Amino acid sequence: MPSRPGSVLVLAVGNPSRGDDAVGPLLAERLVAAGLPGVEVLIDFQLQVEHALDLEHRERVVFVDACVDADAPVVVRRVFAGGHFAHTSHALAPAQVLDTYRRVTGREPPPAWLLGVRAERFALGDGLSPAATHGCDAAWPRLVELCTR
Amino acid sequence: MSAPSLETARHPERLRRVVIEPLSRVEGHGKVTLLLDEHGQVEQARLHIVEFRAFEKFIQGRPYWEVPVMVQRLCGICPVSHHLAACKALDQVVGATLTPTAEKIRRLMHYGQILQSHALHFFHLSSPDLLFGFDSDIARRNIVGVAAEYPDIARQGVLLRRYGQEVIRHTAGKRIHGTGSVPGGVNKSLTHDERDVLLADAYQMIAWSRDAVRLVRRLFEQNLELYRRFATFPTSTLNLVRADGALDLYHGGLRARDASGHTLFDHADYDHYWERIAEDVKAWSYMKFPYLKALGGDAGWYRVGPLTRVTQCDFIPTPLAERERRDFLAFDDGRAAVATLGFHWARMIEMLHAAEAIKDLLHDDDLFGTDLMAGGRREARGVGVLEAPRGTLIHHYRVDEHDQVVRANLIVATTHNNQAMNVAIREVARRYLDGRQLTEGLLNHIEVAVRAFDPCLSCATHAVGRMPLSVDLVEPDGRVVDTLRRG
Repeated sequence: MPSRPGSVLVLAVGNPSRGDDAVGPLLAERLVAAGLPGVEVLIDFQLQVEHALDLEHRERVVFVDACVDADAPVVVRRVFAGGHFAHTSHALAPAQVLDTYRRVTGREPPPAWLLGVRAERFALGDGLSPAATHGCDAAWPRLVELCTR
Repeated sequence: MSAPSLETARHPERLRRVVIEPLSRVEGHGKVTLLLDEHGQVEQARLHIVEFRAFEKFIQGRPYWEVPVMVQRLCGICPVSHHLAACKALDQVVGATLTPTAEKIRRLMHYGQILQSHALHFFHLSSPDLLFGFDSDIARRNIVGVAAEYPDIARQGVLLRRYGQEVIRHTAGKRIHGTGSVPGGVNKSLTHDERDVLLADAYQMIAWSRDAVRLVRRLFEQNLELYRRFATFPTSTLNLVRADGALDLYHGGLRARDASGHTLFDHADYDHYWERIAEDVKAWSYMKFPYLKALGGDAGWYRVGPLTRVTQCDFIPTPLAERERRDFLAFDDGRAAVATLGFHWARMIEMLHAAEAIKDLLHDDDLFGTDLMAGGRREARGVGVLEAPRGTLIHHYRVDEHDQVVRANLIVATTHNNQAMNVAIREVARRYLDGRQLTEGLLNHIEVAVRAFDPCLSCATHAVGRMPLSVDLVEPDGRVVDTLRRG
């Protein structure tokens, strides 16, 4: 466990070398540079079971990820524990991380939101698509709001 | 041994096609296609890789010192394995023989990776099938179901995984994109505080790992006939072994045996692996088909990974894992050691070995040394091989006088196992699917066979909204007559 966890945890997901999958890490790096008090940022390729343990002692959790089924350039959704576990690969969905927390600790997870940026290409070595670049810009104020509300 | 039938049907245009895409609980983008005749007999079964990764192109033109960090972006599941294999290759380029501190820090990092990867695979990906049954209620056949009925097992899986990640964090500098290993050595050693933190939980990890080995044994005992037969076939093998024949996941020479156990080569220097291994291509798959040159292209396919390593080494150099290895080899007159589901048992023995190896290393004062880097005569070529969680991993680079990588060749474990996985699904198709009404549970048998190998078919792309499974049954004229969907 981190020794002094922030009250808000931002879990940004994605591979910086795979096109629009980089939106999570890019927004996370911007957040780290902004230095918002009480906000801890974790970046990983994919969500995994052990991320459930990162939720301990948090007031709020914000997942940031590329989103292939978004109906807008940026989507903000409340996330609740649960999800369709039968479909998991090596990666979990945010709802599954929350559910793992509940199963492992026996307590309800902190309130959580997903900030999704619409994404369309993921090839190794690709840069951001114009749509995802626009989405990152549009997502930034929403991310700050989620961290500071 | 030649590959069994069912690879290519004689008249595919006359057959019904069933597609399982994507495979669930398998990393990446794979699919299985089955062609059935009018009686439901399987005429063709193939595991396809549907994404072309272009690893080598991604790396070419980069300065060699960037490569150990860059290659971690190839795979979100075993980035440390790529990190270390690249460093081993580039050690040769910079002419380095590692200092004791550097080698032991790298080993510690590697065993942390083995522990966390094996824990994830068994507890999270495979235990639902094994604990509930391959065709049990799909609503229960997942990690939530395991957590509900076996809460201690689910919790231990998470904590074992987390412990491995912590070992990686302390040795690589951070949880992902670690920079701890560099060509010629490492850039940090361990502090006493870090050692104490890791050591505090090391014995618990050993105890839980040992419990996991016993759990797999009980699963075999409870359903012996299924475990003995499921997707089982004779195969050649390839793995690294230490100079004395011991299991060594970080370094060694290559050992290959044919399906009858005859040794084809032993302690072979991996610097010239291409003299022993060649790669074939098939029009229907992006993934190559490696083979042992000694046996030829048709008969030379082989299997790598935990089951091969545990059964083909002479011993495991940690006491608890060695005791479990001996029990595994003796169980059911040796049948578990050749069964595809034996992968799970072997994987847990390796997890126990990794936990023991971590504990032993944490008692070694070389971890606190300050002599971190070595160098020597610059070379233009380097080959690095190690045993990654899924099997033998080969990195091969050529670097020009401007320090740029001009050629790269990577052979990952899943590629080594390509043909073996195809043979496994054909065995399952023949035994379980022939002539029967297809159900989700029956099709899951195919996935269980693939998952036993723990393949990593693609790497590190994840985005919300991408995990449905649909199976379409299509008549020869293209008409969809039945659809089965998850999600």
